[in-house]
Amino acid sequence: MLRIRNLFVQYGNRLVLRDVSLDLRRGEVLALIGPNGSGKSTLVRAVSGVIPVARGNIWADEQDVTHQSPMQRARKIAVVPQAISLPPAFTVWQTVLMGRTPYLNFLGQLSQRDEQIVTQALKRVDVLHLSQRCVGELSGGEAQRVLLARALAQSTPILLMDEPTAHLDLKYQVSILHMIRKLAHDDGLAILLILHDLNLAAEYSDRLALLADGQINAIGLAGEVLVADIIGPTYGLPVHIVSHPLHGRPFVTALDAPRV
Amino acid sequence: MSRYSTVIALMALLIALVLSLAIGSVSLPLDELIGALVGRGSELASSILWKVRLPRTVLIALTGTALGGSGATYQGLFRNPLADPYLIGVASGAGLGAVVAMSLHWPYSFWGMMAVPVAAFGGALLTVTVVYMLARVGKTAPPTTLILAGVAISSFATSLTSFLMLRSEGELHRAMSWLMGGSIQLGWVPVLAILPYLIIGLTILALSGHALNLLQFGDEQAQQLGLNVVSVRKVLLAAASLTTAAAVSFSGIIGFIGLVVPHIMRLWFGEDYRRLVVLSILGGASALLVSDVLARVVLSPQEIPVGIVTALAGAPFFLWILRRVKNQGMV
Repeated sequence: MLRIRNLFVQYGNRLVLRDVSLDLRRGEVLALIGPNGSGKSTLVRAVSGVIPVARGNIWADEQDVTHQSPMQRARKIAVVPQAISLPPAFTVWQTVLMGRTPYLNFLGQLSQRDEQIVTQALKRVDVLHLSQRCVGELSGGEAQRVLLARALAQSTPILLMDEPTAHLDLKYQVSILHMIRKLAHDDGLAILLILHDLNLAAEYSDRLALLADGQINAIGLAGEVLVADIIGPTYGLPVHIVSHPLHGRPFVTALDAPRV
Repeated sequence: MSRYSTVIALMALLIALVLSLAIGSVSLPLDELIGALVGRGSELASSILWKVRLPRTVLIALTGTALGGSGATYQGLFRNPLADPYLIGVASGAGLGAVVAMSLHWPYSFWGMMAVPVAAFGGALLTVTVVYMLARVGKTAPPTTLILAGVAISSFATSLTSFLMLRSEGELHRAMSWLMGGSIQLGWVPVLAILPYLIIGLTILALSGHALNLLQFGDEQAQQLGLNVVSVRKVLLAAASLTTAAAVSFSGIIGFIGLVVPHIMRLWFGEDYRRLVVLSILGGASALLVSDVLARVVLSPQEIPVGIVTALAGAPFFLWILRRVKNQGMV
């Protein structure tokens, strides 16, 4: 569904992504993990077109979108940002309507179908009852779901998410990750999400990609990527990895405080 | 309330228009006014209405639409509640452009007058670009730096304007009253001169509501949602500056309408730019018309420049907004 080939991105003279190739399949949740500054957010920004690509190609849904206009790209790829800095006076309904942007004419007119799609998106993530509330009044978990609804209203086959669990408490973390998994497995979306928590990544994703210093270090099932010999050197501290007693996936524990 | 917002704004505008036509050094009661409008009034009433009152009212109303519409757009564009054509220096820049055109040859001829808005547009575009570049921190212009850069560039443009005016001695008095926002009495010509620019500018602004809504999420999200941020910004900046330039060309520099009106509309009718821009256009006209009526009656029979009225009413309002912004931690 999303095919990234030999992607290079640079800020000034510094290469932040080097020869990144990645496949994201239909109906799959792929967790992007890696230390701070490894280029995870840069990858999401490059794929969504907000920073230029130095070399390489991005295909979405069999189309080369590397040099497409924002509108064309927004019909293939939707981004769920972190739920900070939303315009507080906007209503939930207004916010989710923004997802229909790539389908509007220059007058910005909304059809009945657009409104139906927005209603469905609100229902899908269970925030329809909030639609007349202002975004500024929402809790972090609610705001994150509204942003997910906005991405769904974009009707794209591909979703990119930048740390959807950041700033959320345990219950909301679990509920949003459940929702994401259902969207991939039941609705067939291809979802790439950045996660910091390796154990959440192990539990809720189908595959993991480990990014280190702008390069993909490992990609595969949790059992193939979350290996002490890979994770330890990449994050720069010794780790102990066991099989989780409930679901059998790897469970990572840091052994030692790193010397700074 | 927001459902009827446009109706309310239109009714307010109608009342303001009638007030502006009726009140002045010679007052026209409603029956005489209607008589003169349909061509059955006394000769005196007709002459006052068609030659003096109506052109002035239309010019003031158009100026108000421009200030309200461009104010709302600048606020949305810069994501900054204190942006206003006056405070960010665009109005002074447009004023300088207009005065340069006028000092070359004070525009008595029809085509000379038509050229004034073009020169003002040049001045406006130049200032807004310089101010934004000076104020920019990363990808946005925070309220404080925007106002600081605006004030600096604005005083620079204003001093150049004053210098040019001092050199054209004979016209000094008229120029001074123009600068403070007193419209010059030139009949219908100024209206005709700014109308084409206003129609283009205001049409673009009125259609830009959805794009402005998107920009409130920040440039990055706006682009990920499918907006071509770079070109939309350029088009809107040019349209708002064109609109400001048209307003300044013959009404001078009138402050605070572009700041106050969008704020009141936002408070009353909510933060949806699809509505907000149109309401600010209508509200700007009403607000400036009422200010102009006050300018005529306060020291009657003497008139004071309308810019003094808007500044007297607007400056305290500005301080109030500043306090609100400060409390929300935006500065």
